[in-house]
Amino acid sequence: MTDSESSDLPQRPASRRIDAAGLVIAAALAVLAAVLVWDANRLSSTSMYGMGPEAMPVVVAVGLGILAIANLIDTLRGNLPPRESADPKPVLLILGGLALLIAVIGLGGGFILATSALFVTTSAAFGRRALLTDFIIALVMTTLIYLAFDRLLTLSLPAGPLERLL
Amino acid sequence: METFAALAHGMAVAVQPMNLLYALIGVFLGTAVGVLPGIGPALTVALLLPVTYKLDPGGSLIMFAGIYYGGMYGGSTTAILINTPGESASMATALEGNKMAKAGRGGPALATSAIGSFVAGTIATIGLAFLAPWLVDFAVRFGPEDYFALMCVAFVTVSATFGDSPIRGLTSLFIGLTLGLIGIDKLTGQARLAFGTPELLDGVEVTTLAVGLFAVGEALYVASRRHHAEEKIEPVRGSLWMTKQDWMRSWKPWLRGTMFGFPIGALPAGGAEIPTFLSYSTEKRLSKHPEEFGKGAIEGVAGPEAANNASAAGTLVPLLTLGLPTSATAAMMLAGFQQYGLNPGPLLFAERPDLVWGLIASLFIANVMLLVLNLPLVGLWVKLLAIPQPWLYAGILVFATMGTIAAKPSVVELSMLAAFGVLGFLMRRFDLPIAPVVVGLILGPIAESQLRRALAISLGDPIVLLQSPMSATLLGIALIALVAPFVLKGLGRFRASED
Repeated sequence: MTDSESSDLPQRPASRRIDAAGLVIAAALAVLAAVLVWDANRLSSTSMYGMGPEAMPVVVAVGLGILAIANLIDTLRGNLPPRESADPKPVLLILGGLALLIAVIGLGGGFILATSALFVTTSAAFGRRALLTDFIIALVMTTLIYLAFDRLLTLSLPAGPLERLL
Repeated sequence: METFAALAHGMAVAVQPMNLLYALIGVFLGTAVGVLPGIGPALTVALLLPVTYKLDPGGSLIMFAGIYYGGMYGGSTTAILINTPGESASMATALEGNKMAKAGRGGPALATSAIGSFVAGTIATIGLAFLAPWLVDFAVRFGPEDYFALMCVAFVTVSATFGDSPIRGLTSLFIGLTLGLIGIDKLTGQARLAFGTPELLDGVEVTTLAVGLFAVGEALYVASRRHHAEEKIEPVRGSLWMTKQDWMRSWKPWLRGTMFGFPIGALPAGGAEIPTFLSYSTEKRLSKHPEEFGKGAIEGVAGPEAANNASAAGTLVPLLTLGLPTSATAAMMLAGFQQYGLNPGPLLFAERPDLVWGLIASLFIANVMLLVLNLPLVGLWVKLLAIPQPWLYAGILVFATMGTIAAKPSVVELSMLAAFGVLGFLMRRFDLPIAPVVVGLILGPIAESQLRRALAISLGDPIVLLQSPMSATLLGIALIALVAPFVLKGLGRFRASED
């Protein structure tokens, strides 16, 4: 961190294209502010002295609104830091793993199957292709975790068909 | 004198065998998890919160403090050996330390950072022990309006004053404040932003947010840019021990780093970046070997590493005396207190002196344990770095979801965890800082209830915020801290355009 690197990004008028992501961030903040105001309007203000429950959401909404405008200006000025390219495939794979985990837990499949599914998809997202090996590793590991935390530390982890065999 | 008596009493609590064991588990887990790239001390505490709620409060708080300190030690090992600073506070360490490791001087780099962390941690903990009672005496007189003003200072300094961009910092803070609004309003019992979902009535769990942002978000982010670069672990070659010259060149940077780290951490300013950066540039200026900087100068590891650890101890001052977290890890520690129904602050010093002073005393013990544990076991920690990345992140996610599954095994809660993971990914991608979100979620509801209490006492007259001299001063400071980065940035640009 030297002085030349620390403060602002180098000004490059040539690459000053408007970053669409900045516009999306600004819009999302504005929408969030609107939701807060809409929700605050539903609340019945009590006749007590002082602030009702609707005051703070409105204050936060005003802040979000100002920040939406500030982010918009920041974007139009090209102040958003540059980004390296991102690969969407591994991200979707991990999110798929999380969805699978939620589905297995929701359907009563138990802790071991659910976390094993997440383990295999995450490891695949990071480039592993030995799915069967990883699945066996995952089953052993999550079974040990289940035994350690559920039986020894008496933490209640959801039980499915596999857990009932133990 | 009062402090000595309290500290001696705390030491008696801390050396109880069970508490020593908790401290040992804490520093061991903290170092192990801190060494793993991508996991910082905040996430480590977050992961372990749901697992510990059945344990004894005193013991688990001692364990959390051990994790905090251990995570800092472990993080520097990663920074030196694979040049991936897990947090911006280890950036300076990575800069010089990784160069030293490449030049075959990884051993002395690890040693100076461990011993420097010990020196800084010990001095800063002494500072904490003496500053805390004084601040507590002061804070007892605080009214709700003063607390509200103090939290405004914390909001601004954590998000706007010291980050890269005040706008992005404040954006993060307001995302956190919004999440803090979700749930039943405690004063009137009305549901806010729950959209008819019963699981949302209790509000957003701090651990779900932190684990989602830190663990899931980090895994998604690293996975998305895996094609960019492979990390390379530098083997520790040669002697682990520092030469006489290394010692001579290290001890002054240790002390100077502590002097930067502790006060800045103790002020509600948040973040260890400023003191580590200050320490790095000071050592560069004062060094007799300025030509070595950028090529592996030992001063550039010793100073920033001491500053980093001293500021970690410093953040415990506002946390314990005022209940004010100024870093993500401090916010997680506060969540740890809250899970036992304890609220840090002057009252806790009066009601549970055994707990508070036991915790402070155990910090000394944790520091000694870390020094003893770190240097001889460095080979073991390095082996942890050799875990293949796919299994490492898969394992992290299994543990991350396990905490949520154990606390609340519901589809809604797990979906929130995934959603916060996506939020954390997007925030990393678009350079929004993460810590203000966590601080906003935790402090937002407390600030609101203090403000409403103040206004209820004054029968709704907002002038009460300015009538108390303390609150008026603090609000003034918050305003200056909010405006300063914009004005100074303007100045910086002015200078840059003149060049």
